[in-house]
Amino acid sequence: MTALNKKLARDLWHMRGQLITVALVVACGIATYVTMRGAYESVLYAQQDYYSRYRFADVFDHLTRAPDSLAASIASIPGVSSVQTRVVVEVTLDVPGLDEPALGRIISIPERAAPMLNSLCIRSGGYLDPGRRDGVIVSESFAKANKLNVGDTIGAVINGRWERLQIAGVAISPEYVYEIRGTEVFPDNRRFGVMWMSREALGPPFNMEGAFNDLTLSLAPGASEADVITRLDTLLDPYGGLGAYGRYDQLSNRFLSDEIVQDRITGIFIPTIFLGVAAFLIHVVLSRLVNTQRAPIGLLKAFGYSNLSIGLHYLKYALTAVLMGTIVGAPFGIWLGRGLAKLYEDFFRFPELRFISSPGMIGSAILISAVAACLGALGALRSVVALPPAEAMRPEAPARFRPGFAERLGLQRFLSISARMILRNLERRPGKALISTLALALAGAILVVGFYFYDGIDYMIRVEFQTASREDVAVTFNEPHGSSAQYAVAQLPGVMRTEAFRVVPVRLRFEHRFRRVAIMGLEPDRQLRRLIDLRLNAVDLPPEGVVLSSSLAKILGAAPGDRITAEVLEGRRPVRQVVVAGVVDDLIGASAYMDIHALNRLMEEGPTTSGAFLSVDPLVAERLYLFLKRTPAVSGVSVREAMLTSFRDTIARSLGISVGSLVGFACVIAFGMVYNGARITLSERSHELASLRVLGFTKAEVGWMLLGEQGLLAGVSIPLGFLFGYGICALLVRAMESELYRMPLVISGRTYAFSAIIVILASAFSGVLIFQRLRHLDLISVLKARE
Amino acid sequence: MPEPSQPPGGEWIAPGRKRPAGDAVFHVRGVTKVYRMGDMEVHALRGIDLDLFPGEFVVLLGPSGSGKSTLLNILGGLDVPTSGEVIYLDHDLTSASERELTRYRREHVGFVFQFYNLIPSLTALENTTLVTEIAENPLSADECLRLVGLEQRLHHFPAQLSGGEQQRVAIARAVAKRPEVLLCDEPTGALDYPTGKLVLEVLERVNRQLKTITVVITHNVAIAAMADRVIRISSGAIIDIHKNETKVAPSELTW
Ligand SMILES: Nc1ncnc2c1ncn2[C@@H]1O[C@H](COP(=O)(O)OP(=O)(O)OP(=O)(O)O)[C@@H](O)[C@H]1O
Ligand SMILES: [Mg+2]
Repeated sequence: MTALNKKLARDLWHMRGQLITVALVVACGIATYVTMRGAYESVLYAQQDYYSRYRFADVFDHLTRAPDSLAASIASIPGVSSVQTRVVVEVTLDVPGLDEPALGRIISIPERAAPMLNSLCIRSGGYLDPGRRDGVIVSESFAKANKLNVGDTIGAVINGRWERLQIAGVAISPEYVYEIRGTEVFPDNRRFGVMWMSREALGPPFNMEGAFNDLTLSLAPGASEADVITRLDTLLDPYGGLGAYGRYDQLSNRFLSDEIVQDRITGIFIPTIFLGVAAFLIHVVLSRLVNTQRAPIGLLKAFGYSNLSIGLHYLKYALTAVLMGTIVGAPFGIWLGRGLAKLYEDFFRFPELRFISSPGMIGSAILISAVAACLGALGALRSVVALPPAEAMRPEAPARFRPGFAERLGLQRFLSISARMILRNLERRPGKALISTLALALAGAILVVGFYFYDGIDYMIRVEFQTASREDVAVTFNEPHGSSAQYAVAQLPGVMRTEAFRVVPVRLRFEHRFRRVAIMGLEPDRQLRRLIDLRLNAVDLPPEGVVLSSSLAKILGAAPGDRITAEVLEGRRPVRQVVVAGVVDDLIGASAYMDIHALNRLMEEGPTTSGAFLSVDPLVAERLYLFLKRTPAVSGVSVREAMLTSFRDTIARSLGISVGSLVGFACVIAFGMVYNGARITLSERSHELASLRVLGFTKAEVGWMLLGEQGLLAGVSIPLGFLFGYGICALLVRAMESELYRMPLVISGRTYAFSAIIVILASAFSGVLIFQRLRHLDLISVLKARE
Repeated sequence: MPEPSQPPGGEWIAPGRKRPAGDAVFHVRGVTKVYRMGDMEVHALRGIDLDLFPGEFVVLLGPSGSGKSTLLNILGGLDVPTSGEVIYLDHDLTSASERELTRYRREHVGFVFQFYNLIPSLTALENTTLVTEIAENPLSADECLRLVGLEQRLHHFPAQLSGGEQQRVAIARAVAKRPEVLLCDEPTGALDYPTGKLVLEVLERVNRQLKTITVVITHNVAIAAMADRVIRISSGAIIDIHKNETKVAPSELTW
């Protein structure tokens, strides 16, 4: 070992506390990078692999009914590679162990396994038994949520008849990686499930023999999706086509792709913060080291060591921190990533979701941290190089102080002497104080961001489940009915109030922009379902015209007063002009609302409803459910309370890990900053502190003079952290906002309080460690040496 | 944080110990100090017996490494002996805890070191005030600085003062609490001739006006002439105590 390396080893040992904190921050940076980047790459890879191996379709469409013979015309559209026609229906299910009725979406598949688009990946059991008509394959999420196994039976109302379906197999499909009904944002796998039945069994009861009502197709390489969709729409228009759409608008794919984008954003955002802080810490620690080692540096230079070799020597300190950080951070990141991948599997079903931690990725993590470390070391190294040997051997010029800012304002009367010391020390190095404060504020901000997710979700729940939707049960009819249906529902056991709704699928057009949505018609004086904007204000539905959600208004580029075109995709498919009567700034999705009477008039129909919202006497709810499970005219039932519970469960699980790790990481930053700051102050001012001890100040008194500085910085950083946290949340909300939903930017007092408390605790903890060091300050040897 | 409540002057006489004999303030008997460094033992003090009396000015002489600083630090409560006993009035410093030693320093001892050890972020006045704030019966900070001839420099920071001025601030700070004993470890070591003399004059004045026991370590034999007693130490033992019949004023010293 060379003499220089021996010095390195001894110095490293001597500053191990600081080294460890820096290494920990680096480790956080590397861990978050590995976790988040890894999650991004893993999900992206799993998605692409799944889609190509299981032939995920490119274009999707739903229609009323078309003869099988049309398939050939579709296949001959230029650019279409293969076509899969099928029957897709939604039915009410009676699942063993579930009080409420569930909704099943049944998709037809060939009776015998054959190559097809969106092919199934069988997880247990097998394919359908060709001889049997009652066999189904159910989706894995649904089976798991309801603890269903191969061989179990489920009750279903198949076109008016109550039937028993037996589970032949459990499978997943690339069409339902994220299995969601489409009327809400979060999955409720207990009450909504996809299942597959043979075309032969599903066709006849739904009047689809030799016909289909749904199709998916794949495109030939290089084909234009838009062209194919235009031709397909023209072709299917007479058959009640709802308008074809590509993968971008396919719900499961959309959610998955949004998630991937968000992973990429956070995967850049969060590690950057950590590595920035790490660079700063390295800068502070190394500058300090170089300052105390001016004489040895001068000596080395005098002996003829080159600037390069001395520079490299000091760079090794920074790189040691990176090395240590990597050793801890990379495995931790992989471990965390694996946990995250497990979590993803609860939401997204893939044949296999392996957490990818390629050597390349880890290599780049190390490289990025090394670059950050070098940037941090740069300032210190520059001063090493700039130091002429003779100058270096002289001690650093004595610290120059001046009266602090507060004193220049004439406020010294109010400041104790120790307060003056603290203020003057801070003012002497304003840059350092500023950056320390900023880094601490960042830690606070990360905490605010972490806890904000709970606030956002809480607020969404308040808006969506408690203020907007107040019905207990929503019932959807299998087809639009006259007003008599509503009276019939009102007679059901336990129903205390009913409010009808009408849902009409349309294509809304404004200028050249268009969007397929469903217009929701609501009763004018309604209590169970209200329109609520972001600030929890109820929005009125005018008697005429359509109210658009703000995201839909943005898509269409339409504003109140504009006349937009509504191409109805149901019944006689009228095309109408309708005035935008208002825009409601809401959280979820692109949606449109009308007064139900106005909607009926638009449709040129008498009083017609698609379903009803009910408020139900909880005591007899079970009887009602039993009844609804077997009512042929009802195709869907959703129970608000049950949805809310499942929503909360899912969210709690998914937020647990990410918020937990963010909190941990933020603690590391807060701790690292305060510890390092105080540690350096301790060494820079050991003379001063020892003098105070000699004068008879107690350890506690000296401790406060030392830590007061850090305390003040922490105090200033807390409100600043609130501000940053708010800003980062605002950025994140914007970055993650999608057409499907957005998070409201509301941060609770509780979140701010948690953030402050954790910063204070982390600071206090590092304060205690510093105190320990202070106890062992060797007064005599400190005072023997010249400053 | 205040030390555990005790009446001023302290009543923590260890059981079985007697007050110092006669009117001695310090009573040092058989004090040894051994530093252990691995297998090596350094005997810094080997059985020191010494009494210090009220108001006397003592100069400690001895070659480098002879144990002068070690003895001074033990007298000042910065360090404890390995064996032997050190009694200050009714305080037993031998068995005192860290807390008790801090309290002892706070109430009774003033230190002056070769390197002035001022707080760089505080002005001369504030450095002195720092001490008056925690003392029982302090002099006023202005008064102390006037005593050392620095009434024109009250609001200067250490970096704006010369070495001699800094040392005088250090002395002002040390005497501000009205200590019973002032311990100076090579106070003129870093100063030039005229400045060193100025500092010695200040020490003499403090000793005379405040009746503070003053112990000064020096390598400068000439300084011995201004002392009441001169103690010579060699290899951790007192080899000679010499009482000056007549003291020479510091202004008349030459070296
Ligand atoms: N902390 C320590 N550890 C080990 N040995 C020590 C320590 N402090 C002092 N010594 C040793 O004790 C002996 C006495 O030291 P001391 O500092 O009292 O000498 P001194 O008389 O003040 O010398 P000088 O005139 O050079 O200041 C020396 O040999 C020294 O090496
Ligand atoms: Mg000495």
